[in-house]
Amino acid sequence: MTSVTEVRRPSSRAPSRGHPRRTHDHAAWFLVLPALIPILVLSVGPLLYGVLLAFTDSQSGRTAPTQWIGGLNFRDLLHDTLFWESFRIGLVWAVGVTVPQFLLALGLALLLNQDLRLRWLARALAIVPWAMPEVVVGIMWRIVYNPDAGILNETLHNLGLGNGRDWLSSLTTALPAVIVVGVWAGMPQTTVALLAGLQNTPRELHEAAAVDGAGAWRRFRTVTWPALRPVALAITALNLIWNFNSFALVYVLTNGGPGGRTRLPMLFAYEEAFRYGQFGYAAAMGCVMVAVISVLLAVFLVGRLRGGDDS
Amino acid sequence: MRTSTGARAGQYVALLAYLVFLAFPLLWLISTAFKSPRELGSLHPTWIPRHPTLANFRQAFDEQPLLHAALNSLLAALGAALIAVVIATPMAWVMARRRTLLARAATGWVVVSQAFPFVLVIIPLFLVLKNLRLIDSLAGLVLVYVVWSLPFALWMLVGYVRAVPPELEEAAAVDGAGRLRTLVSVTAPLLAPGIVATALFAFVTAWNEFFFALVLLKTPEKQTLPVVLTHFIGAEGVADLGPLAAAAFLAILPSLIVFALIQRRITGGMLTGAVKS
Repeated sequence: MTSVTEVRRPSSRAPSRGHPRRTHDHAAWFLVLPALIPILVLSVGPLLYGVLLAFTDSQSGRTAPTQWIGGLNFRDLLHDTLFWESFRIGLVWAVGVTVPQFLLALGLALLLNQDLRLRWLARALAIVPWAMPEVVVGIMWRIVYNPDAGILNETLHNLGLGNGRDWLSSLTTALPAVIVVGVWAGMPQTTVALLAGLQNTPRELHEAAAVDGAGAWRRFRTVTWPALRPVALAITALNLIWNFNSFALVYVLTNGGPGGRTRLPMLFAYEEAFRYGQFGYAAAMGCVMVAVISVLLAVFLVGRLRGGDDS
Repeated sequence: MRTSTGARAGQYVALLAYLVFLAFPLLWLISTAFKSPRELGSLHPTWIPRHPTLANFRQAFDEQPLLHAALNSLLAALGAALIAVVIATPMAWVMARRRTLLARAATGWVVVSQAFPFVLVIIPLFLVLKNLRLIDSLAGLVLVYVVWSLPFALWMLVGYVRAVPPELEEAAAVDGAGRLRTLVSVTAPLLAPGIVATALFAFVTAWNEFFFALVLLKTPEKQTLPVVLTHFIGAEGVADLGPLAAAAFLAILPSLIVFALIQRRITGGMLTGAVKS
């Protein structure tokens, strides 16, 4: 419990050393409590409660008391092909958004780190999607994708690339179309994080490598990337989680359609819980989502970290 | 550093491509908002509206209670932002200055909560708020937003607190100021810009939020702007594009203004948070 400030305290205060440590702790608790109580009641508590719910037959608006049913929800879930299809779509979506997002954001961050004209404009625009409600991003892209009044089909037509199509209601194009929107919407966080990482890379090393005649690619691989790696790993892991838990964008764009082709697990669980009132079953879905994502993430991070040791 | 002309040109082409990708949906939204219904029905839409009109905005306000919804959003976002910084600042100070178990647990929660699956939280939250009689009320939503914005608020504030030299606080303590006095009269003023930035960020987060509002608010008069915006899209997914675009355009103005104000601070806050912890 000793802290730096205590150790460094001037010796003139020594006589009153009797109880500063206790007042210390009281003060810390007093400072932390206002935030701690809401966190416990509305964040930690509900999370544990949610895990417990997964083992009950809890339903909305039912008069009979909720009962423990053990692993029944999970056994049902195992055979719920609709859920696993939704889960598969969720993984395709999460990876399909995260990977291009990372590559595009890395390119943009590298450009923004250069002394280019119009950099201020790109910086401002790169932040804009962050400031927009996801609902508005969805509405905006619906208008872009609109088969008649949308700019996409009109541009394709003008370029002589055919008459376009109804992107969001076609079985084959719906998922790729919403993935593009996901990439667009997530650019700011990734770009800002990578740019921050880039600005921490040692400039002298970069210049030394240039003097030694290393090309741009070699400089990137030997100087920039090693410094950027931790940030890149962290933001990619976070992006994977955020994207897998994404809801509003797809809710507005397609609401899971056509034919369930874009029904992300979050949409599936939302309908199960708040349209059909199956709280226990939906909570079980939540548990499965967390478990699988944690395992995937652990594999990803361990693999990446090990790869770092080799090089 | 020397860069060849060819590489420079390539960089500019790439930058231009990024500008187009980032800007075109926004420009198209604005363009659509000012087009007349007849023009929206025409076969070949153009970038610049041929006969710019405000009719869509009028129709949007007629169809949905946009002003009322915006007021709800404003109340929820202001309440969440104020409460969040008031309770987060002291906690951030403890997290930055102390190495106690509590401070470590709080840091752990900040990290883990980023991975929170909303599905797993929303159902119990719904039940808890129902028991507290806070379901379908803005007050309940504000509480949820406060907790929901705390991780990032704490993350930013811890960075700002670390930037205040502890020696200043010690000097005040030597002069006989109590711990709380020191915090209020020495640390807080130095933190003020960071606190404002954090509050604005929490405001934007709450203003933009959709999922909790969708689940927790059922009465139409209580719904926030993002929820009301989705009402423009009919059950069959058919939407009246003009009013939809107009309403969406209006909904992003407040957060765009706020973001213009704090753009530097957000990147700065993320930087210090990332580097120092």
